[in-house]
Amino acid sequence: MKERVALDVSHLPLHATGTASPTWWGTCAFMLIEASGFSLAIAVYFYLMSLAPIWPIDVPPPDLRAGTVLTALLVASVVPNMLVSRWARQRNMWRVRVGLVVMSVTGIVPLVFRAYEFPALHVLWDDNAYGSITWTILGLHTTHILTDLVDTLVLTCLMFSRHGDNARRYGDVEDNCLYWNFVVITWLPIYACLYWVPRL
Amino acid sequence: MVEQRLSVIADTDLDRAGLERELEKTWGAQPGFWGMIATVDHKVIARRYIVTAFVFLILGGLLALAMRLQLAQPEARFINPDRYNQIFTMHGSNMMFLFAVPVMEAMAVYLVPLMVGTRNIAFPRLNAFSYWVFLAGGILLWLAFLLDAAPDVGWFAYVPLAGPEYGAGKRADIWAQMITFTELSALAIAVEIVVTVFTQRAPGMSLDRIPLLVWAMLVMAFLVIMAMPAIMFASSTLIMDRLVGTQFYNPAEGGDALLWQHVFWFFGHPEVYIIFLPAVGMVSTILPTFVQRPVFGYLPLVMALIATGILSFGLWVHHMFVVGLPRLGESFFTASSMAIAVPAGIQIFCWLATLWAGRPVFKVPMLFIIGFIITFVIGGLTGVMVASVPFDTQVHDTYFVVAHFHYVLIGGAVYPLLAAIYYWFPKMTGRMMSEILGRWAFWLIFIGFHLTFFPMHILGLQGMPRRIYTYQPELPWGGLNLFVSLSSVMLAAGFLVFFIDAVRSCVHGPKAGENPWNAPTLEWATSSPPPSYNFRSIPVVEDRNPLWSRPGELTVAAGLRTDRRELLVTSVVEALPHARESSAPQSVWPFWAAIATSIMLIWSMFSAWAVVWGSMPIAIALIGWFWPKGAPEEES
Amino acid sequence: MKRTLLLLPVILSGCAGVQSALDAQGQSAILLRNLIFVIVIVCSIVWLAVMAMLFWALLRRDRPKPEDSRTDKPMQTAVIAAVAATVVIITGLTVASFYTTRGLGPVPDVDVTIRVRAQQWWWQFTYEDREPVHAFQTANEIHIPVGKNVRVLLESIDVIHSFWVPSLAGKQDLIPGRENVLTLRAEKPGFYRGQCAEFCGLQHSHMAFVVIAEDEQNYRQWEATQRATPSEPREAEALAGKAVFMARQCSACHTIRGTQATGISGPDLTHVGSRMTIGAGLMENSRGSLAAWIADPQTLKPGNSMPLVPLSAQELRQISAYMESLK
Ligand code: HEA
Ligand code: HEA
Ligand code: HEC
Ligand code: CUA
Ligand SMILES: [Cu+2]
Repeated sequence: MKERVALDVSHLPLHATGTASPTWWGTCAFMLIEASGFSLAIAVYFYLMSLAPIWPIDVPPPDLRAGTVLTALLVASVVPNMLVSRWARQRNMWRVRVGLVVMSVTGIVPLVFRAYEFPALHVLWDDNAYGSITWTILGLHTTHILTDLVDTLVLTCLMFSRHGDNARRYGDVEDNCLYWNFVVITWLPIYACLYWVPRL
Repeated sequence: MVEQRLSVIADTDLDRAGLERELEKTWGAQPGFWGMIATVDHKVIARRYIVTAFVFLILGGLLALAMRLQLAQPEARFINPDRYNQIFTMHGSNMMFLFAVPVMEAMAVYLVPLMVGTRNIAFPRLNAFSYWVFLAGGILLWLAFLLDAAPDVGWFAYVPLAGPEYGAGKRADIWAQMITFTELSALAIAVEIVVTVFTQRAPGMSLDRIPLLVWAMLVMAFLVIMAMPAIMFASSTLIMDRLVGTQFYNPAEGGDALLWQHVFWFFGHPEVYIIFLPAVGMVSTILPTFVQRPVFGYLPLVMALIATGILSFGLWVHHMFVVGLPRLGESFFTASSMAIAVPAGIQIFCWLATLWAGRPVFKVPMLFIIGFIITFVIGGLTGVMVASVPFDTQVHDTYFVVAHFHYVLIGGAVYPLLAAIYYWFPKMTGRMMSEILGRWAFWLIFIGFHLTFFPMHILGLQGMPRRIYTYQPELPWGGLNLFVSLSSVMLAAGFLVFFIDAVRSCVHGPKAGENPWNAPTLEWATSSPPPSYNFRSIPVVEDRNPLWSRPGELTVAAGLRTDRRELLVTSVVEALPHARESSAPQSVWPFWAAIATSIMLIWSMFSAWAVVWGSMPIAIALIGWFWPKGAPEEES
Repeated sequence: MKRTLLLLPVILSGCAGVQSALDAQGQSAILLRNLIFVIVIVCSIVWLAVMAMLFWALLRRDRPKPEDSRTDKPMQTAVIAAVAATVVIITGLTVASFYTTRGLGPVPDVDVTIRVRAQQWWWQFTYEDREPVHAFQTANEIHIPVGKNVRVLLESIDVIHSFWVPSLAGKQDLIPGRENVLTLRAEKPGFYRGQCAEFCGLQHSHMAFVVIAEDEQNYRQWEATQRATPSEPREAEALAGKAVFMARQCSACHTIRGTQATGISGPDLTHVGSRMTIGAGLMENSRGSLAAWIADPQTLKPGNSMPLVPLSAQELRQISAYMESLK
């Protein structure tokens, strides 16, 4: 077949950034998968609640303290997170490094409070269906934090290595920040559902 | 930095042969065993996927023949009840999870990048990972079958039969974990398809110029993304109920047996459209070529695909019409199920219009498409029948439903798939399949199919339940069952001819040129089989049927580098070029990651701690996967 | 009883109406059959119409050139018309289904209430009565009065099963932890075979039962017999069988009212001799088949919950005689 050149692309950048980048879309697609998963888990929560004569089954509602502190922490973590994202957009290596270290710590602290959330439920996963669904939802969200934490840690190491100064890495940092926002946002309905719905 | 710049080669600096050589050097797979394992070429992976899926079709088909042998006469004793229950469970699970869904995805992996005119699928390593995980899931299931430990609870594994109390051994766990494997691989592909379609289309391929097959695959990918988490949730909670004593499905502790059915079918119904939508995409793409006229009603066809996708999330309860739900809810689901006849009808009518206005050429792919229309409409109409609640109370869980879903699965999805294989075989292998054997295969399959499955409608109305390993001689089903069983041999013979043809043509088929059917879409603008880099230069698209509007000429983009795997990223709506993005080079890490994942998943059937310890090798493999290696693809 | 025997060959020879949605003899089944006919006919016409269009499109002669766009307009009209017709038809079918469902609704006046407890792989039926002493149990066989509404309460004690007597009514699942209700109403006397329709494990294939519809008088008579405790067997062999039955594990699983056998994990055998089949529709009931069953239930129905109880040939004969005597 004869080829006729109709377009010259040699002037285009060597890397797509922001919403033009496939990685960004990939991250969104994975977030959609997880969002579907969480919505379904919450739907199951309400389904089981609709079947039970009293809810929570046989136990008082979960203690608010650990969960509420964790919620506050997560919400607060959005601020440094957005800052890191902005610094990455500005390609400011030094600040991104510091920011990532801060975000690694910000990822670990909620896990400590999470450890207190499970006992605060007053129920074990195998006691009854209420225990099963609350442990599952909490467990899912914990893995969510954990995976993002591991991601952040690896990324922090990368930024301190010789591979750090690269537009791609900055893109990765931005995507990682996007993902952390998602971790925080998914927590809010879960928090409402686990802690406040039983008090209604 | 400067030195590197100097060595950069752009395609404009080279002549044709030189360009091909350079591209091959950059994109080609390394030779040898590890090269094979590490490859990330979407065509190679898709070919593996397709071949593996067809192997599963053969295995599943042989199981079907075994069932037909047992059912051919009343109180036959060829297969004992335990084995029979394993066999129909394996047949259903194998056909749905290891054949139908993966084969459609594999076709997408092969075709979508070519049809949108790019060099590789998005996230090529994820693609490689997906195949290995799928393979591991299939091996797990079939190994269990060989060890007489296959699942025996039906392809939808209703609790409590599959639960901790009644499902002894590891059988139900194997079923659930096989699901997890196939879901993982399906989700991975779905993400790749969405991103490929959204960001890597050839410049100028705006949304209204996307080939219909690509639209179908895009909608299918979204269905996967939104439906598969449900089955992940279902299979994981089932394993948890069985392993660590959660109470999701135990009514005595606040759980509910119907919860399983809701969650399963919330996935299970979209699942059937995950199989069906790619098939209609194939029809919409193949049909125009064999009438040599653009398809009639592009926009309504796209709308029908999207509408089917959306509606499919509102129908799941039609699989549960006899569980005793509130009347009002049931009526709603009758209405929504019947409503899906509208988008289905739109598609059928647009195809008929295309046929009417065109000049049909009766080659083998066309025969399968005509067979598809005849058969699928029957299956769709029986679907409408069972969508009626009162009607369904008489035929639910009988052979009537078995007939319905084989009509839609085989008539509605396998026929288009076979058409697609005949149609794209020359592209995939460079050789044509035989017209003569193809006609034999078509007629055997077409006639064999109707003789096998039509009588099942009658059996169902005569009261024959499904999933019975035998029936008593007093019951009036013996004659028809014998007839069905004999006919299934004819059907099998048809498939046998097809497989013989495919294998033979791989080696001896006449050589195909670039575009043997005079088709209009981009995959025919490159050699058959396409080179590792797909296109010498990225095509630029100006309308829906680029190869028809300018015969013999292809408008292309110039200026891509050849010393790294580079492709074009374009905007979502209008496909305006945005950047030159690199595509990941090959790597063995996806393979190791798949191995680590498989170990974790299989181990976790036995101990919950596997999730903790098993995750660590996975994390290591993933770090190896993503850690930069200083390749030119990592520059920016 | 005599009519029962007369009809026996009919059911066993497998006349077409034994278990068929098309051979409707119950009020709901008749409504459903009519609906089935209507829908099947409508859909067949739709299919024929689509096929006519298909073959016309394939075989017609004078074809326009591909570039010719004059055909677009009429095609557009035709497609729109066909889609509109589709909408009309499915609306009609939806409305028809809706009204049929309404016609099947629960009825206010109920004459007999039967509680069904399904289990792997047989049916326990309890005829409820306001006075509990009048309640009685059978297994795998129910009798109902013709022309009367019978309410069937559906429960399961293990996995999901489905209660289905196609000639009388559509099916309904039995789900652990839930109770469903179904109304049966036979319009004609006769035998109606039913079968479990939801896959429930190893012997799902052999989980059948019989519904015997008879006129009011016969039904009342049957009911009275069932309520009564069986009289002491007269035959010496049967009497000996009773002793064996009580001495062996049998009595740990089965109940025979009026004796010390009060087990509940197997079917109530108080009137087992009067039933048409044993083993949930597995075999016709006779002294021979009873003996075969008791001698080796696991070969006849592999995996079922009744173990093989070792008995000498004589004991086996005696027990079967006893079983048969329990009319
Ligand atoms: C490729 C797979 C596929 C497809 C496309 C469909 C399509 C449809 N299916 Fe089917 N279905 C299955 C696969 C599929 N199904 C499977 C696997 C099961 C069983 C699972 C199991 O139990 O194991 C099942 C079971 C199933 C049930 C549950 C039955 C039961 O268990 O009792 C129902 C009930 O509503 C149903 C309905 C429908 C409907 C309304 C459609 C519609 O989409 C059909 C629409 C198409 C048409 C109507 C024809 C074309 C239209 C025209 C020509 C226009 C004119 C039409 C009219 C005027 C009506 N299906
Ligand atoms: C896409 C999916 C698919 C496909 C293609 C098929 C194909 C077939 N199915 Fe399947 N079927 C299901 C999906 C599918 N089925 C599902 C989901 C169920 C429900 C399971 C459940 O209840 O849980 C089911 C259940 C089911 C039943 C009901 C079992 C029961 O309820 O007890 C029966 C019974 O006849 C049956 C028969 C057949 C037959 C005869 C074929 C034939 O079309 C098969 C034809 C193919 C072959 C025979 C292969 C031929 C190949 C060779 C001979 C080549 C050998 C060559 C080489 C070695 C090179 N199927
Ligand atoms: C462990 C429990 C158990 C023991 C012991 C047992 N049975 Fe059974 N029996 C059952 C069960 C359960 C069934 C129903 C089996 C089925 O149809 O699936 C049954 C069915 C029967 C039936 C058929 C009833 C019908 O209406 O279908 C007869 C008759 C019978 N048993 C007699 C006996 C005799 C006699 C003995 C002792 C020699 C005995 N059983 C010992 C559990 C037991
Ligand atoms: Cu009980 Cu099937
Ligand atoms: Cu469905």
